[in-house]
Amino acid sequence: MINYENVISKVAGNIPPSGIRKFFDIVSEMKDAISLGVGEPDFVTPWPIREAGIQALERGKTHYTSNAGTIELRREIAGFLKRKYALTYDPNSEIIVTVGGSEAIDVTLRALLEPGDEVLIPEPSFVCYKPCTALAGGIPVPIVTEEKDNFRLTKEKLLEKITPKTKVLILPFPNNPTGAIMEKEDLEEIASVLRDTNIIVLSDEIYSELTYNGKKHVSFASIDGMWERTVTINGFSKAFAMTGWRLGFAAAPRPLAQVMYKIHQYAIMCAPTVSQAAAVEALRNCDDDVENMCREYNHRRRILVDGFRKMGLSCFEPEGAFYVFPNISSLGYSSEEFAQKLLEEEKVAVVPGNAFGQSGEGFVRCSYAYSIENIKEALRRIASFVERHKK
Amino acid sequence: MNKELLSILEKNSRITPSEIAVMLGTTEDSVKEEIKKLEDEKIILGYRTLINWEQVEKDTIKAYIELKITPQAAKGFDRVAEKIYKYPQVKSLTLMSGAYDLLLEVEGETLRDVAMFVSEKLSQMDSVIATTTHFVLTTYKKENVIFQHPDTDPREVITL
Repeated sequence: MINYENVISKVAGNIPPSGIRKFFDIVSEMKDAISLGVGEPDFVTPWPIREAGIQALERGKTHYTSNAGTIELRREIAGFLKRKYALTYDPNSEIIVTVGGSEAIDVTLRALLEPGDEVLIPEPSFVCYKPCTALAGGIPVPIVTEEKDNFRLTKEKLLEKITPKTKVLILPFPNNPTGAIMEKEDLEEIASVLRDTNIIVLSDEIYSELTYNGKKHVSFASIDGMWERTVTINGFSKAFAMTGWRLGFAAAPRPLAQVMYKIHQYAIMCAPTVSQAAAVEALRNCDDDVENMCREYNHRRRILVDGFRKMGLSCFEPEGAFYVFPNISSLGYSSEEFAQKLLEEEKVAVVPGNAFGQSGEGFVRCSYAYSIENIKEALRRIASFVERHKK
Repeated sequence: MNKELLSILEKNSRITPSEIAVMLGTTEDSVKEEIKKLEDEKIILGYRTLINWEQVEKDTIKAYIELKITPQAAKGFDRVAEKIYKYPQVKSLTLMSGAYDLLLEVEGETLRDVAMFVSEKLSQMDSVIATTTHFVLTTYKKENVIFQHPDTDPREVITL
């Protein structure tokens, strides 16, 4: 008999299982629950993009592409980064098309980390940074972002956590789950700390197209002097409602990109060919679709924020992504208790904030990637729950 | 905010001014005022309900009728159109480019009703050269709403 504990890698075995697995299972079983728990668009991929995918299949594009992705798509990506964020990357040597933003994150960390290197991770944030860091031999170091700072990363908080071992800073903005963004001035502050160091920034900008209140996303690499130390990660899932196509990309200075390219080449070979063909269409002709979806999200965002505030809960106004992160601590329950009771009593599913790091405790994440009818019904139920449990 | 307001109302006319105010980040009063203005200017012409009649009464007959008209000077089409849209059977009427001139949406209780309307009314008009009648079999999509579609969310219930 094999003792599996002895054969499984220590690092992989020690990755903690998701603490809210049980909660997920209950929600999945409950057929009539209303969920605000989904982290992907409710929109179906715009038709022209789907059609481009179908056409690729019809034309027999069923083979590998070059490892970094088709040059056609890499050129479109370079054009997109230039036109939207004033970033210049060479499509031949500085852009890699990946299997979602997730692969880009993994490849970046593996290309950079030596055992013991520290990776600064602002929290609350998406769940993959810590395990990917650990698997690459690094040490995750959380930096708590707070409601009072609009969940932005501040210079002071960053300075507190920098040590001689700090190798990477992750910048997950616009942020999942808080909806926080970093404006140009905020990024300048961060840049002023990093300028004379060797710290590399992994800027996860997957929600870059979804910002509100007229605040256009600013790319960290566009800040003076930061291009050379930044890996810009983005993708098609959120902006173009293409989650299932699994397509993202990383753009980085050539010496970094070359190493990332090697890892990608051996681990993945290339991103899905059909998805790449569809993505070319997305970048060429679908700005209007993105704008329309964004306008739609904005309406729902305002309804949710307004709804929570009317219940008397403190609710930070998110300016990016598609999540609202209300503070539920005044009810006296932990995030998990709140989510569990809400599900049991009103059949509404939200995600406990502590799923995104310990500092998410006291909050819950509510997605507005749902129809307005769905959101209004969920708000009605949550309001009656809050009314009943108010202290 | 006009276009945004109109597109919200176009999707759901039962939404309240206070809800629209929240969605657009403005006040209820200014939304009410704006709607009033749009109504006065006849930009908003009415508030209707989108009904799938095929589920209720199977007997109504719908047809699209193409009309070819003798060539008309400037306002000529308008005058012909006026004569046609006065018939209550005509639910919509549009001037088209291409192989024919006017497109009518006509409703009747029986096939015969529609056929009689075409032969006794439309064909008899001096300016009508030719008619082509297409009967509607099934409506799949109207006003951007898909009619026969299971409305289920294909996503996982929770993803992070």
